[in-house]
Amino acid sequence: MPVRLRSTVIAYLFLLPALGLLAVFTFYPVVYGTVLSLFEYDIINPPRYVGGQQFQRLLGDRYFWIAIANSAKYILVVPVIQLGSILLAVLVNRRLRAIGAFRAAYYIPVITSWPVVGIMWTWMYDQQGIVNWILRSLDLISRPISWLSHPTIALYAVMFVTMWKGLGWYMVIYLAGLQSIPTEYEEAAMLDGASRSAVFWRITVPLLRPYVLLASLISTMAAVKVFEEIYVMTRGGPFFSTYTMFMYIFDEAFQELNMGYAAALAVVLAAVILVFSVVNFRVFRSGGLEWY
Amino acid sequence: MVLKKGALYLLLLALAAFTTFPFLWTLLVSLRTRGPIFSIPPDLSLTGLSAANYLGVWNTLPLPRYVLNSLYIAAMGVGLTLVVCSLAAYPLARMRFPGRNVVFYAIIATLMLPEHIGLIVNFITMMRLRLVDTYASVYLPSVASIFGIFLLRQAYLSIPQELEDAARIDGAGELTIWWRILLPLTVPALATLAIFQFVAFWNSFLWPIIILKTPDKYPLAAGLLYLRGLFAHNTRFIAAGTVIATLPIIVVFLFTQRYFMRGITAGAIR
Repeated sequence: MPVRLRSTVIAYLFLLPALGLLAVFTFYPVVYGTVLSLFEYDIINPPRYVGGQQFQRLLGDRYFWIAIANSAKYILVVPVIQLGSILLAVLVNRRLRAIGAFRAAYYIPVITSWPVVGIMWTWMYDQQGIVNWILRSLDLISRPISWLSHPTIALYAVMFVTMWKGLGWYMVIYLAGLQSIPTEYEEAAMLDGASRSAVFWRITVPLLRPYVLLASLISTMAAVKVFEEIYVMTRGGPFFSTYTMFMYIFDEAFQELNMGYAAALAVVLAAVILVFSVVNFRVFRSGGLEWY
Repeated sequence: MVLKKGALYLLLLALAAFTTFPFLWTLLVSLRTRGPIFSIPPDLSLTGLSAANYLGVWNTLPLPRYVLNSLYIAAMGVGLTLVVCSLAAYPLARMRFPGRNVVFYAIIATLMLPEHIGLIVNFITMMRLRLVDTYASVYLPSVASIFGIFLLRQAYLSIPQELEDAARIDGAGELTIWWRILLPLTVPALATLAIFQFVAFWNSFLWPIIILKTPDKYPLAAGLLYLRGLFAHNTRFIAAGTVIATLPIIVVFLFTQRYFMRGITAGAIR
């Protein structure tokens, strides 16, 4: 065998297991899922072609619009997480005794599983729980609130948990951003007589911009397809007030076994996410960030 | 100056309380056997602690079973991830062959693919492969980790070419070069990947509850959620189970923090 051909064959043999698995479990689902959105399929009977009917049905589906609205509302969590984690990163980006222990403490929610987080926060949110106790001690509320069973509050209560769990992850991203800024810039500005806050707003924040963009996009995509925190705390209730797109897809696919309709819903969600993904991709390719 | 530093530490402590309080409260509940669990004001005293709930939950509920399931799934998943990603990263970093860029960009592109469609179709695929309700179905879809391929590709790229050339002059084949010379130099990256995947498998619950039909096969995170549904009234047992599920991960994290931070900043995707 000629050397060139031989080395090509060897290269592909190395790649084979990964490419095979990606083909079956990552690429194929997108293709088959799109096709499936044109079929009715309940797993027991063979798929039946219905064309665009399911997309038409979707437009008149009350639960679809509820889910879309809640998923869109969830984006509200993005600015809160980002601002919070930037401030947190600035706070821990200093040489200080035991600062490593504090960073670790802020990161622990990130590595905790959603079932554990859901169980703990359901207790925190109890009528007689810690959250009500703290707010009543501070005189912020006059009587206990049932956070997760109140239709107008539940979604925000779940969002708060999303923030609690996510802060540490974004903190590390921003910490990397802050540490990539050469100290010379800040020192030079200080020598020229700039104040501390001027240095922060005029030098640090603009240099952090690509990180802010990237983190915000990741966070937005995560918000649009929010699922785990909803599933472990409210399952979409009360009265569908926390019912999101992914929750609806999950119910249609695995409770109702309407695989085709679930696929149609998934295609719509995918289209929304794809828009953010493409923007994301362009930003981190052109934003001067060596992300990979 | 001292005052300012004191205020800073006070702020740091308050934030640490915010992120860790739910864990500490759960720990306290799990270590007590009597008294009201929920009350205003809460009973935060450290009296009457015992391990009774741990013994109870361990002996009367299938918790040991869930722990074993988790360990098995994580071991298989992490092991296969390391092999598959190492194999894929090597040619992408160090070999020249037609189609390399196409393959590389195809792998990058999967990052833009929405994984929620995967849940639906992978379930159907597993059904057709007759793998539903097997452990293999739990770990197989996550073994070809994009994050892993990138991380290891980066590690292979950073190895000097001279090392490889020297081995080639000595007549070593492609497989020997990879296994003997290059792979040992990627051990730090492999450790980072192993830790990330271990945590991911240990914490996973969504795919396991979809693909496993027998609750006895659930990994710990999924099993805990299932037990909460069955024994919602026994808060103390569930609290003990929660601690058992969380403690190993926190210990792993505290001992391997360096790898964690490196992993995220080297390009953690999620």
